[in-house]
Amino acid sequence: MAETPLRVLIVDDEAPARHRLRELLDDCAAVLPISIIGEAQHGREALDILHSAPADLVLTDIHMPGMDGIELARHLLKFSHPPVVIFTTAFHQHALAAFEVHAIDYLVKPVRVQRLLAALQKVPRLKPMTMETLTQLPAAARRFLSVTERSRVVLVPVDEVVYLKAELKYITIRTAQREYLLEESLTRLEQEFGARFVRVHRNCLVARDFIRGFERRANDDGDAHWEVLLHGIAESLPVSRRQQYIVREIGREAMNGAAVA
Amino acid sequence: MMLAYIASAMQGIIRQPSTEPALPDLRNLGTILRILLAVNGATLLMALAREPRLPALATEWATLTGFVEPHLFAELAVLWLVAPLIARLERRSAIGIVTIITCAIAFGVDALLPKMTGDAPGSLVRHLVFALSAQFMLIGYFRLRARALSPAITEARLQALQARIRPHFLFNSITAVLSLMRSEPRRAEVALEDLADLFRVLMRDNRELMPLTDEVELCRQYLDLEQLRLGDRLVIEWNVKSMPGDALVPPLVLQPLLENAVYHGIEPSTAPGVVSINIFLSRDEVHAILRNPYIAVRAYHHAGNRMALDNIRERLALHFDAEASLESRVNRDTYEVHIRIPYRTKKAAVAGNGTTVASRRGRDIGPGAQKRREPHLGERFPGTMRASHG
Repeated sequence: MAETPLRVLIVDDEAPARHRLRELLDDCAAVLPISIIGEAQHGREALDILHSAPADLVLTDIHMPGMDGIELARHLLKFSHPPVVIFTTAFHQHALAAFEVHAIDYLVKPVRVQRLLAALQKVPRLKPMTMETLTQLPAAARRFLSVTERSRVVLVPVDEVVYLKAELKYITIRTAQREYLLEESLTRLEQEFGARFVRVHRNCLVARDFIRGFERRANDDGDAHWEVLLHGIAESLPVSRRQQYIVREIGREAMNGAAVA
Repeated sequence: MMLAYIASAMQGIIRQPSTEPALPDLRNLGTILRILLAVNGATLLMALAREPRLPALATEWATLTGFVEPHLFAELAVLWLVAPLIARLERRSAIGIVTIITCAIAFGVDALLPKMTGDAPGSLVRHLVFALSAQFMLIGYFRLRARALSPAITEARLQALQARIRPHFLFNSITAVLSLMRSEPRRAEVALEDLADLFRVLMRDNRELMPLTDEVELCRQYLDLEQLRLGDRLVIEWNVKSMPGDALVPPLVLQPLLENAVYHGIEPSTAPGVVSINIFLSRDEVHAILRNPYIAVRAYHHAGNRMALDNIRERLALHFDAEASLESRVNRDTYEVHIRIPYRTKKAAVAGNGTTVASRRGRDIGPGAQKRREPHLGERFPGTMRASHG
């Protein structure tokens, strides 16, 4: 352990906070070999750095623009060798309470060198957090969905998702450009992004912003059903009998919207 | 913990027995409006009692108003003139003087008006009864109002203390200062001094009005600290060259708004944003317009912002009644707060002009309240304060 240095990435949107952590890590280096692989201003930048330079530990702030620390931790779990994450926070009462409950490691700012050293020494024994605990933290809805493609983590902005469709083991993410495969539960996604998506079928969530309209189509057996028409892609999706009420609901919203406009 | 301690300490200060609130500021537009409304409302009620038929009501009311109005206007004018004198008196003597004025005007109007209009002389006793009842009822009303508002001042201040400085600002600022300690100790010193000044103001008794220059200086110190944390992400535009520095304003009227501007307008974005401060004098009113980028991000809730706005609005109302206002609005991608405060200076206040509910109460606390205000470091050592700033 003493041979290979601990590879650390610092993530914080405030430059002085990053600078301070660097100083403290330098202090710790006298006791424990450390190599700082880089500094990132927010979660997205951190993921970019980690693609080219792997780390054993990510020290990340919670409150950050772009992508916050908790979302970063969730995306990191998609890595084949996820680094350990330790949160640093100035004051985040709700999150701290949840961290205590789930025994998640965190450091309060200003960080003391002794506490930092103790945390660093624990790292080889720490296991990455589980998705289970991370999803239970009081966090805002994610801004990105992450999928693994050829051992790389690809971010898909939630704003660009047209629909999410459960198929066997996976969920297909459809954007205007292409499809991605995601390993998550549709129910969970519905809970997290409830305001943004609407369920049109047992296996399908459609982004409200991308709904262009509805069309009545005849089935082979002579019955008829509704289809959702979408912006950006030619494909349409069937609305199940159970979810038929959304046709009227969204239609009315669209009418009201038009009346206001 | 610390905030809770401060809050309990403040409660100790507030619970001191305060003397009876004196008369309201007789030059305040709000006071004058309230008096006008009350007296004319009472006249309407009297007209209603005397004349049950609706068509005739207007005529009856007009007759009564003709009887009441000359006295009312004369009285308001005289009170406006002697307001500085009355403000300096104790409650009892003040009421005595007002009563004498009311009686004198009653005699005067009764003697002069019939001669001027050629009407038959009215009943002096009837006039006196009406005028004095109106006067005492109004004094009673203003006393109740002042009492009703004084717990509000307490409440507002406690609420303000807990809401105003966000703990994350304090701890992040300390982290920022720590980050300077080794490489730039002089900047660290200045930052710590700024932090100390900021907390000195936050923790002191803030019931008295203070000069606008002090508030602006405080805002500068606060923004220097924010700049230290946020660097290039925070761009500040000052436009205060033509501001009246001697104008008296409630302490911490701008700083919490700037804190909101940074928290809601700068921190949620990775791109740099501008916070602009415009303060100017226009038609005897001080205007302060603060702008910041408007970011509608789901993760940031705006409840804290509304609380700060309500708090400041309440304090403005306590100090200036209807003469001050606070408005906020969204202009496309900019959030704007506009504050309007009547231009009052210390000189005028010494002469008695700008005496308000709050400044009188400040005097009741005792000489300690005045002593606590120390001259600013920047005033004593002009230049050194900012010189080491990068």
